[in-house]
Amino acid sequence: MQLMEILWERREFFVTCLLEHIRISLTAVLCAGVLGIAIGIWISRHKKAAGIILGIINVIYTIPSISLLGFLIPFTGIGNKTAIISLTVYGLLPIVRNTYTGLTNVDASILEVSEGLGADKRQMLLGIKLPLALPVIISGFRNMVVMIIAMGGIASFIGAGGLGSAIYRGITTYNMTLTAAGSLLIALLALLSDFLLSRAEKKVNRRYGIE
Amino acid sequence: MSKVIEIRHCRASYGENEVLKDVSLAVEKGEFIVIIGPSGCGKTTLLKLINGLVVPTEGEVAVNGRPLPDEDLVAVRRSIGYAVQGAKLFPHMTVEENICYVPGLKGKVSKGEKRRLAKKMLELVQLPEDLAIRFPRQLSGGQQQRVGIARAMAAEPDILLMDEPFGAVDEITRKGLQEEVLALQRKTGVTVVFITHDIGEAFKLGSRILIMKEGAVWQEGTGEELRSMPKDEFVKRLLCL
Repeated sequence: MQLMEILWERREFFVTCLLEHIRISLTAVLCAGVLGIAIGIWISRHKKAAGIILGIINVIYTIPSISLLGFLIPFTGIGNKTAIISLTVYGLLPIVRNTYTGLTNVDASILEVSEGLGADKRQMLLGIKLPLALPVIISGFRNMVVMIIAMGGIASFIGAGGLGSAIYRGITTYNMTLTAAGSLLIALLALLSDFLLSRAEKKVNRRYGIE
Repeated sequence: MSKVIEIRHCRASYGENEVLKDVSLAVEKGEFIVIIGPSGCGKTTLLKLINGLVVPTEGEVAVNGRPLPDEDLVAVRRSIGYAVQGAKLFPHMTVEENICYVPGLKGKVSKGEKRRLAKKMLELVQLPEDLAIRFPRQLSGGQQQRVGIARAMAAEPDILLMDEPFGAVDEITRKGLQEEVLALQRKTGVTVVFITHDIGEAFKLGSRILIMKEGAVWQEGTGEELRSMPKDEFVKRLLCL
């Protein structure tokens, strides 16, 4: 009940935080998505580099998020910019790995037929490889989105906006309800995004005959 | 008569393993060449020399009188039909999109043109028109194989390469498909190079039969010639004489 009260009483604050959270997450999702798919495509063509690049991204993934934010402060300062950069870097792993896996697992005999019929490299990538890898790429994308939204809560510790500021303010003022309200909204945002993306995933899978 | 395909003293290998040892072949316009031979004799490799999927380590391949490596490979491939065992249709495309694949590679094809082409090609391979909107997984093996042939023929190629195209379909369907390919070849005059394991199929389809063994052409001739003058025990056994 207290939770509902606080959400209603301070609705303007929460709406501002929510919109800011969405803005930061969406920016990071776009950056990580574009960069991740590009890296995934590139390493699927350069198998020797693939191990090294995936290794590096894996190592970054194991750095605790709070310390990555700390590392970045001397370079990019505090605020939204640093938050977006670190969220992007974290988001890379699932999308790069899934793009790479999806592309390298496309049936080689189907690729050979498309090559034999006269597709050039670009047509093979855009017309055959990427569409056939799409179910795997989308599932990585879904992972990434949920992770970025959830981790976005921590970004407020380095002065970025978003629902994390509600959590942070709640902690520093011993206001448990405020912290709980911020967490609840983050969870709801993540669940809603996951739900919407799962619908998109199902739609794609159905077209591809995967049930 | 003009030579449509000329393979001169070609060798080819995968790594250390030499699969073709000095193979030569000249195919004239409108011929129906059937290649037979035991597994691993280099049949598929020989076929892939023609559309450049395999590059010879030695020797020369010419299509329509022009040597392959000098040509724009992509353009040459678009003028050669290619059908393989199991059809290998693109699973994310409808039958219509599969059929219109090669024309689409050459440039934009309008919706109306696609529909017309799909209709025409489905008729040619004797499939009902309403299959056009289906996906490959919704078709039977025989139907998929027919669509595979339609896809190979859609851009009106003057050469059609077929790698055991009927290997994965049942006996009755296969007989029907053989008749259709023969009719299609008579109708369009396309030059066909066809690989099979089935001796009966080879005799039925081939205007000339090539017997391969250990990466070389062992004996060639019309069905009549091979039957009356098999070169040795190997040919006799292979042809079940």
